[in-house]
Amino acid sequence: MPGLAKRLSEAGVLGINARNALYMLPHNPRRLYPLADDKLRTKEIAQKVGIQVPELYAVVASPGEVGGLHAALAGRDDFVVKPAHGSGGEGIVVVTGRVGDNYRLSDGTVMDRAEMDFHLNNLLSGIYSLGGQTDKALVEYRVRFNPVFEKVAYQGVPDVRIVVYFGYPVMAMVRLPTRASRGRANLHQGAIGAGVDIATGTTLTAVLKTGIVAEHPDTGHPVSGICVPHWQALLDIAARSWELTGLAYQGVDIVLDRDRGPLVLELNARPGLAIQIANRAGLRRRLDLVEKAGGGAVAPTAAERVAFAKARFAAVGA
Amino acid sequence: MRSRHVYGLAAALAIIGAALFLYKVLMVGLPLKRDQKTDLWEVEVAIAFAARGRPVRLTFPVPPSPPRFTIVNQNFVSRGYGVSTVEALDGNRRAVLSIRKADGKQSLYYGFVVLRGPTAIAAKAEGPPEAVVPKLSEPERLAAEAIHLAAVAQSADASTFVVQVLKQLAESRPMRSVVALVGDKPTERRKINAAAKIAALAGLPARVVHGITLGLDRTHARFDHWLEVHDGKQWLSFLSDATGPGLPDDKLAWWRGPSPFTEISGGDQPHVTITVSKSRNPTLQVVRTLGEQAKAPLLTWSLFGLPLQTQIVFRLLLTVPVGVFLLVVMRNVVGVKTFGTFMPVLIALSFRETQLLWGIALFTAVVSGGLLVRLYLEQLKLLLVPRLAAVLIVVILLMAVLSIISHKLDIASGLSVALFPMVIMTMTIERMSITWDELGGGEAIKEGVGSLLVSVLCYLAMSPPAVEHLLFAFPELLLIVLAATVLLGRYSGYRLTELARFRVLGGRDT
Repeated sequence: MPGLAKRLSEAGVLGINARNALYMLPHNPRRLYPLADDKLRTKEIAQKVGIQVPELYAVVASPGEVGGLHAALAGRDDFVVKPAHGSGGEGIVVVTGRVGDNYRLSDGTVMDRAEMDFHLNNLLSGIYSLGGQTDKALVEYRVRFNPVFEKVAYQGVPDVRIVVYFGYPVMAMVRLPTRASRGRANLHQGAIGAGVDIATGTTLTAVLKTGIVAEHPDTGHPVSGICVPHWQALLDIAARSWELTGLAYQGVDIVLDRDRGPLVLELNARPGLAIQIANRAGLRRRLDLVEKAGGGAVAPTAAERVAFAKARFAAVGA
Repeated sequence: MRSRHVYGLAAALAIIGAALFLYKVLMVGLPLKRDQKTDLWEVEVAIAFAARGRPVRLTFPVPPSPPRFTIVNQNFVSRGYGVSTVEALDGNRRAVLSIRKADGKQSLYYGFVVLRGPTAIAAKAEGPPEAVVPKLSEPERLAAEAIHLAAVAQSADASTFVVQVLKQLAESRPMRSVVALVGDKPTERRKINAAAKIAALAGLPARVVHGITLGLDRTHARFDHWLEVHDGKQWLSFLSDATGPGLPDDKLAWWRGPSPFTEISGGDQPHVTITVSKSRNPTLQVVRTLGEQAKAPLLTWSLFGLPLQTQIVFRLLLTVPVGVFLLVVMRNVVGVKTFGTFMPVLIALSFRETQLLWGIALFTAVVSGGLLVRLYLEQLKLLLVPRLAAVLIVVILLMAVLSIISHKLDIASGLSVALFPMVIMTMTIERMSITWDELGGGEAIKEGVGSLLVSVLCYLAMSPPAVEHLLFAFPELLLIVLAATVLLGRYSGYRLTELARFRVLGGRDT
């Protein structure tokens, strides 16, 4: 056991205690968390600086507004309903079409209006929110994901998670939904995480739960060697996310839309550590490199930070 | 900078806690174990005499504070007599009982309690006293010098000299000089008196000590006499049959010098009876009584001073930090997942009432029953707050049913199910069912078992009476727990479960 701890520490693997004590507590001021936790506010500040986000169709803030939603969405055939404070993909309903007065969901089932109202009421009462406080429902553009991931995603929308430290993109992975994750892109629910080489944007090894996999368990297609489109743009967005929230250590979740390009889905103030397994690399060494380069004290432009990351954080042996 | 602050704070807390703890153990004498006992002796002196209708003045010595004992509860029962204590010329403290007019048989009582204890104050340092050359008649002087010369020839220093003197005096067939000095069949007191005189002739300051033996119960205890000789540095004690200096630790010195026990004017020679009775009392009680008498702030301002009902509450409360600390270790160092932050500690508290095995069984029964109902309610699509309320109601019903069943089956322990915190149980069921929903039954059961495991560990750490007593008698120990908790707050190493999770990254091939 002590030997393993030593090897992990030499490999620069970041543990939860270290993430909290050394990176989040000192550099992520508590008051900034709502900027990342509230998807509505994230959307607003992102749009202010010209970062693309999925278009917002409607907001339901109180149970009284639930009834009016159906009328507000009259012209829309497909959209996504999600809680503003949700985590782990909980409470997201993806509507892909209409069946008469009812809604067709992404998994093919049909949801009638009463069921939709019930879901919205539950959502507003805080069932999916982090602290259980009352919540808001966002109705937004349904992402049509880039065909490059078509063969390695089961239902759901694959996204790219980039961990950013002081505006430097330090590590990235593509999260691919599986049947086990029920279309969600969260690793602890059974989605696949494939590490992405920061320098080139190609996927490396992939992790399912805590083990390494080569192929998608549902489609059978290899998950490594896929070239993520718009990689430079993704890195730019990630780098600029620091100025967006001021959170030094955060995760940026970006989806690639077929038509609209990279869209920021959400920011994460407490990104998980499984990304290290997907990349087969420790985060800590990279975080230390960023701190050595001056961390937040010096202020290079976003482009300079991206260049630094591409030069220093290239996958070993890729 | 921040780390130094944390370490400084932790060190300060730990030092304050440890210092208070050690002070209370070593100086105040609070026992580490609850059932620790202390020997104590009640000594009662009954003095009876006939008064002659004139003013009476009776004095007798009261024992000084000896180094190895503590004397408490001194009291006089002497109706009509004025009581005072004076420092007599020979250095003894004497009680003076006086009355203007007394007639007939008088009975006076004086009593005190002696206990062995660390509370004793160290004896005052004394400078070497001067040897007082004794007044002796000529034949006595010659006899004493003969013994003196023989003893000097067979000794090397003060203490061997005294031993030789005592040996000659104790000889079964004494020399003529010994008989001349102390008579044919000398009492122990006479022999010690003679030894003191011979030591004084030799230029050694010497005095006779009178005391009692604190052994078993004695209804007619008698005074023992021994010799103290100053060797230039300190007083050494010699019993009459000594082979070297030293005093058995059951001897309590009462007064010193040639003066008799009682001195009286206005009455007949008193008859003195000394009774010694031994008892064993809980140390805690003794120390507290002492502290209250001495108005020691550490004892009067302690939890022992609270009303009994409140004390019982605090006995429980003070063990909670131990469980909480263990919980921190389990969560942040081991990495066990639990439902709710402090839920396991609260469950552990209820285990105290239910006993461990019954507690686990009942807890599992209620939670699984509640979980079944919760999973059923899931299908009804109830809103959050009404659903929580429904589960709470079901939990209370389950508790009632379990109580009735166990009562009918004559299982008294089953009744204690009512002591579980039902709101905590409800929240546990709710969280467990959400986890079940999101991450599957395996994960939910894993976290449930983790919570139960931590509860059991907390219970085992919190419930031993020894732990309870330690924390109640020494609440400052919590400062040490606090220091350790603060330190853990800066622990940034891996959790044990993370080692398994990231094992693939620690492989030698990467």
